[in-house]
Amino acid sequence: MSVSTEDGIELTGVTKRFVTPTGSTMTAIRDVNLRVGAGRFCAVVGPTGCGKSTTLTLTAGLERASAGQVRVFGKPVDGITPNAGFVFQTDALMPWKSVLDNVALGPKFRGMATRDALAEARRWLGVVGLAGFEDHYPHQLSGGMRKRVSLAAALINKPRLLLMDEPFSALDVQTRAIMTNELLRLWEQTRPSVLFVTHDLEEAISMADLVVVMTAGPATVKAVYEIDLPRPRGAVQDIRFTPRFLELYRQIWESLREEVERTYALSAAATARRAAS
Amino acid sequence: MSDAPITPRGGPAPAFEVEDPLAVAARRRVRNYKLTVRAGQIGTFIVIVAGWQLLTHFKILDPFFAGSPWGILLRLADWAVHGTAYGSLWLQIWVTMEEALLGFAVGVISGVVMGVLLGEIPLLADILGPYIKMVNALPRIVLGSIFVIWLGLGLPSKVMLAAVLVFFVVFFNAFQGVRSVDRNLVANARILGASRLQVVWHVVVPSATTWIIASLHVALGFSIIGAIVGEFLGAQKGLGLVIATAQNNFDTNGVFGAMLIIGLIAVSAEGLMSIAERRLLAWRPPAATETSQAGL
Repeated sequence: MSVSTEDGIELTGVTKRFVTPTGSTMTAIRDVNLRVGAGRFCAVVGPTGCGKSTTLTLTAGLERASAGQVRVFGKPVDGITPNAGFVFQTDALMPWKSVLDNVALGPKFRGMATRDALAEARRWLGVVGLAGFEDHYPHQLSGGMRKRVSLAAALINKPRLLLMDEPFSALDVQTRAIMTNELLRLWEQTRPSVLFVTHDLEEAISMADLVVVMTAGPATVKAVYEIDLPRPRGAVQDIRFTPRFLELYRQIWESLREEVERTYALSAAATARRAAS
Repeated sequence: MSDAPITPRGGPAPAFEVEDPLAVAARRRVRNYKLTVRAGQIGTFIVIVAGWQLLTHFKILDPFFAGSPWGILLRLADWAVHGTAYGSLWLQIWVTMEEALLGFAVGVISGVVMGVLLGEIPLLADILGPYIKMVNALPRIVLGSIFVIWLGLGLPSKVMLAAVLVFFVVFFNAFQGVRSVDRNLVANARILGASRLQVVWHVVVPSATTWIIASLHVALGFSIIGAIVGEFLGAQKGLGLVIATAQNNFDTNGVFGAMLIIGLIAVSAEGLMSIAERRLLAWRPPAATETSQAGL
């Protein structure tokens, strides 16, 4: 496995603590070490609320690490990471802008002339299959269509790094399967590095080159699995039934289950404590 | 590669049964309701005005103190034809409206600018917070007296009073609006490459607009109050002065007449404001009440 760390994401001993409004500190992630090479698709799975998203916000430069170093494309993260795209769990579309204006925001912010930005946005809406919806407002679209707009808005800047925070978790199962295929198709065209946070192990294995399992909070990397399923993967609905997929699933689930159960036990204990006091 | 049936606007619309008896009945219900409301409004008007007129006509109420609808009409006609003590009626109306509109504009602009500034810079908000609350707690009429002393009996003192009244309403709403901006939207814009100013212009201001517009209805009323009260405190022209003079002459009909004019101005301004609001907030999903009103 040859990984050029110069061109990927590299987290070394990264810890993030938040100060809560009451003054106490909360450790979201501790001592995370992770390397994702250029053009690789990395899925991060872990129990609910363990701090998976924090790795994304640190990589994007929205937050600073309390300790350790985050490097992207060989440079330490200092301010917003350039060349990155982010797809949020909830829609991050401006409800007062039309679909076209929303997608055109990225190029406009980066100094492209409005007319060129709009032409580029029109092209991207075509790429994600939304030609004809340029003048709609986000609230007029279905959840899956809004997600396509979010994808177009993130990809239009041609990011070398794509960060996704449970992007499809709010979608229904069918739409989600379609969007998964769609994302793979788009990714294979431009091949940015991807950090994809999800709680769905099936989704993780069917899409990624690497699956990272994180521990119960404060989260740290528990294990990294290479997914050697061939590419292009084709329909993710079919790949789930191949023997190799099932083997990988069993293996990773074994590791993930411990953490999920631990999280559950911890939260149950905390609830019991609260109830007792 | 498409989810849900995708029908672009202007594409084939779903077949719609026009003569569906249920839909017809629902539409009739809606129309009947609207007619009932209108009839009720007219009825209320007639009962009040006719009652008032009759009570004063038969001296059950003293017309000297209560005035009468007919007397008010005569007074208004007299003003319209012969003018008031300070020149034509239209001039008085125009003077008051000019003061109110200028005060409204100054108050709204300064309120929005300050609200966005303090909302965006928490340090500034924490430093200035107590002073703003203090000034806000002052009875505005006291400020009116100061403005008359500073700026004289002309237009500027009224504009200032109206602007101060408007400022606080708009400021607090703009500030709250900026504070409640969706953090996700800001994060997204920053990752897309927006500078601080671009974030403010493309995310913060539009998102606070809903809040700001909600305050404008109240602010509009306040701007008229500011102008009238300012004229009460000392002026050479305007509806407030006309009312003050009518009061000094125990001309009840004159007071009511001027009040009626102010009411009409306020209602039409309110109507214009609603139209502007619909334009500015066209992006919002239709409110649930509108669909339930259809009764389908």
